[in-house]
Amino acid sequence: MTVDVKAERKALIEEVLKEYPEKTAKKRAKHLNVYEEGKPDCGVKSNVKSIPGVMTVRGCAYAGAKGVVWGPVKDMVHVSHGPVGCGHYSWSQRRNYSTGITGVNSWVTMQVTSDFQEKDIVFGGDKKLDKLINEIETLFPLNNGVSVMSECPIGLIGDDIEAVAKKKAKEIGKVVAPVRCEGFRGVSQSLGHHIANDVMRDYVVDKAADKPFEGTPYDVVIVGDYNIGGDAWASRILLEEMGLRVIAQWSGDASVAEMERGSKAKLNLIHCYRSMNYICRHMEEKYGIPWMEYNFFGPSQIAKSLRAIAEQFDDKIKDGAERVIAKYQPMADAILAKYKPRLEGKRIMLYVGGLRPRHVADAYGDLGMEVIGTGYEFAHGDDYQRTTKYVKDGTLIYDDVSEFELEKFIERLQPDLVGSGIKEKYGTQKMGVPFRQLHSWDYSGPYHGYDGFAIFARDMDLAVNSPVWGLTKAPWKAA
Amino acid sequence: MGKLRQVAFYGKGGIGKSTTSQNTLAALADLDQKILIVGCDPKADSTRLILHAKAQDTVLSLAAEAGSVEDLELEDVLKTGYKDIRCVESGGPEPGVGCAGRGVITSINFLEENGAYDGIDYVSYDVLGDVVCGGFAMPIRENKAQEIYIVMSGEMMAMYAANNISKGILKYASTGGVRLGGLICNSRQTDKELDLAEALAKKLNSKLIHFVPRDNIVQHAELRRMTVIEYAPDSQQADEYRQLAKKIHENGGKGTIPTPITMEELEELLMEFGIMTKEDEAVIGKAANA
Repeated sequence: MTVDVKAERKALIEEVLKEYPEKTAKKRAKHLNVYEEGKPDCGVKSNVKSIPGVMTVRGCAYAGAKGVVWGPVKDMVHVSHGPVGCGHYSWSQRRNYSTGITGVNSWVTMQVTSDFQEKDIVFGGDKKLDKLINEIETLFPLNNGVSVMSECPIGLIGDDIEAVAKKKAKEIGKVVAPVRCEGFRGVSQSLGHHIANDVMRDYVVDKAADKPFEGTPYDVVIVGDYNIGGDAWASRILLEEMGLRVIAQWSGDASVAEMERGSKAKLNLIHCYRSMNYICRHMEEKYGIPWMEYNFFGPSQIAKSLRAIAEQFDDKIKDGAERVIAKYQPMADAILAKYKPRLEGKRIMLYVGGLRPRHVADAYGDLGMEVIGTGYEFAHGDDYQRTTKYVKDGTLIYDDVSEFELEKFIERLQPDLVGSGIKEKYGTQKMGVPFRQLHSWDYSGPYHGYDGFAIFARDMDLAVNSPVWGLTKAPWKAA
Repeated sequence: MGKLRQVAFYGKGGIGKSTTSQNTLAALADLDQKILIVGCDPKADSTRLILHAKAQDTVLSLAAEAGSVEDLELEDVLKTGYKDIRCVESGGPEPGVGCAGRGVITSINFLEENGAYDGIDYVSYDVLGDVVCGGFAMPIRENKAQEIYIVMSGEMMAMYAANNISKGILKYASTGGVRLGGLICNSRQTDKELDLAEALAKKLNSKLIHFVPRDNIVQHAELRRMTVIEYAPDSQQADEYRQLAKKIHENGGKGTIPTPITMEELEELLMEFGIMTKEDEAVIGKAANA
C-alpha cells in the first residue's frame, strides 16, 4: 500500500468526522482507522455504546440470544416472552435452514409468544408462562424443550422466569431454558450471544454431562455455524469425508440431543468465534475439550483449515484431509478458472456482524478481489486482533459504523462491490454500487465449504458484472 | 359547582396518610363538597374508613378477571360511602410480583377516560409511601393533581421522605401545573415537632398547613372502620380535621414550587433544633455497647 493511499484514507476519516459535533467526533474517531501492517490489532475501540443520534444497525441482546444462538435449535419451541412485537418482527429473520416437519418435530420457522397484555405487566407474567408451556406440550407433544426468551418488560417487572422454568422442566421432563436476554442489556446483540451461551451451559450441557454416550476418537462438534442457507451442511460433509464424526452442530439445524452431547466431543471446531467462544471455553475448562477456530470460506482457507484440523488427529485423518482437498481441488480450480478473470482486481468493502468481516476476506482473495475496507457491528477487541491476519496494510477499518460514515466511505472509495446487510443494501445500490448481503447470503447460499464457494463465486459475479450497472448514472458523476 | 380540584396525599409509609386524608375528605364532604377518592396503593386500604369496609373490587383485580380495563364499566369499580363520597381503589399485584406502578397509570387513565371525574369538586389521590418509580408519580404529572399535601412528622425519616417527594414535585412543576400545597404534620410527639415541621416547610418554600395532634380517638374510630368525623363528630380531634379541611379548601391555587434540600441541610436542621448535636458525629456507625 502506498503512503499516498493511506494518507488519503486517513484524510477521508477526518473529513467524515468533521461533520459531527465535537463530542461525537471525538468518540467516533476512536472507532475509525487505517490499518498499519505489523500492528497487533486494527487500532479501533469496540464493544461500547453506540452514540445517540447516529444511525447504527446494531441489534439487541434479545436479537443475539433468540435470533442467532437459540433460534436455530430446531426441536425446541422458542418462546418470545413479553409483548408481541419482538417475536413478530424477528420472525424468520435469519435463514438458518433445518430439516424436519414444521409443527411436528421442528419449530424453527414458527413464532410463539406469550403476547403480554397490560394485566400481565401489572400482575406479573409467571402464571401465564406456566400455562403457555402446558399449551405448548398439548399442541406440540414431540417438542424436546422450551426456551424462554425474555423481552425487556420481563426484566423491568422482575418476573421469576427461572423459578417457572425449574418447575416446568420437572413437570414435563424436558429442557426448559430461561434466557435473560432483555434488549436493554449490553451495547449490542453481542451480550445476547454470551447470555445464550451461559444458559446452554447451565441448562443443557452440564445437566446432560452424565448421560451415556458411545464415543469414538474422531468425534467433533461444529460450533458457531448457524446453517445460513445450508452452510453447516456444506461444512459437515467435508469433515465427514476426511474421517471425522460430527456429533453435533451448534446451533444450525441442531437438536437438543446434539447439544446434550456437547461435553463428549474430542475437539470443538468453532466457526463464529464471536458468538460461541464462551461455550467452547467452558467445555475446555470443565471437560478438557480443546477447541480451535477454522475458516471454510474459499478454497485456500478451507484447505488450510482442513489440514489444521487434521493435525489434531492421527494419520488416518491427515490422509483423509489430503484426500478431501485433492478431490475438491479440480472443482475449486474450475470455479476460479471461470470467475477469477471476471472478478480479478475488483475492490470490495465489507460491513458485517462479528466474524465475516475477516473470515470472507481470503475467499475474495482467491477470486482475485481485494478488501479495501472492513468493519464489524458488534466485535470485541479480540476480533480486531484476529482481523490482522486477514487484512492488508492500509485497509480502512470502521467499528459500529454509522450509516452516514459508511455512505461517505462508499461514495469516496467507489468499491466494485459492498458486502453488508439489508439495511445497507438499497442505499448502496441506489448509489450505483453492486451489493451482496453477507448476513443472509441474499436468499442464496450455502457459502461455506467447496460447494458453497461455487455459489459464492457465482453470486459475486452476478452482482459485480450485472449489466444493470451500465444502465445507471450515479449522481456524483458529472453529467 | 366550582372548578375541579385535584389533590394528592403523599408521605412516608405508615405515617397516617390514609387516615389523615379520609378524615380530611370526610370533613370536606360535610362542607357539601362532592368528592372522589382514588386509592393508588396496591394494599387498597385508602377508602376503608369511608366505605366501612376494605374495597374488594379494585380496578386492576376486576380488569385481570375480565381480561383488560377496556372490559370494565365505571360502576363496577365506583363505590359510594360516607356523605356520598365516591371511592375507587386502583389495587395491584401481590407484593413481589408484577408492576404496581404501571397499575396506577392504567387505573388513572381508565377513570379519566370513563368520566369518573364528572360532577366532582375534589379528586383526591392517596399514594403509597415513597415515590419509588414513574408509576407512583402519575398523580403528580401533567393534568393530574395540582396540589400535593405531604403528610409527615418530626421523625427524621418522615422528613427525609417529605424532602424526596418535594424533589418529585419539582421535577414535574415546570412541565405541568403541580404545586406543593403544604405539609401536614401528623404528630408523633417527638421533640420540638411543631418547630421542626414549620422549619422544614419553610426550607421547602412551603408552609405547615396544619399540625394534627395525636389522639387515641383516631384508633377507636379506625377499629370501627370509621373516620373520627363520623364516629365522634363532637370530639376535639374531629374539629382538628375540620380545621385542616377548611385550610385545604381555602388553599386552592396557593401551592408553591418546592425547593428541596440536601441530606446535609436536613441534618443541619436537626442540629439547629438540638435533635442532633455536633458531637453526635462521633457516634455515627457505633453500636450501643461499643
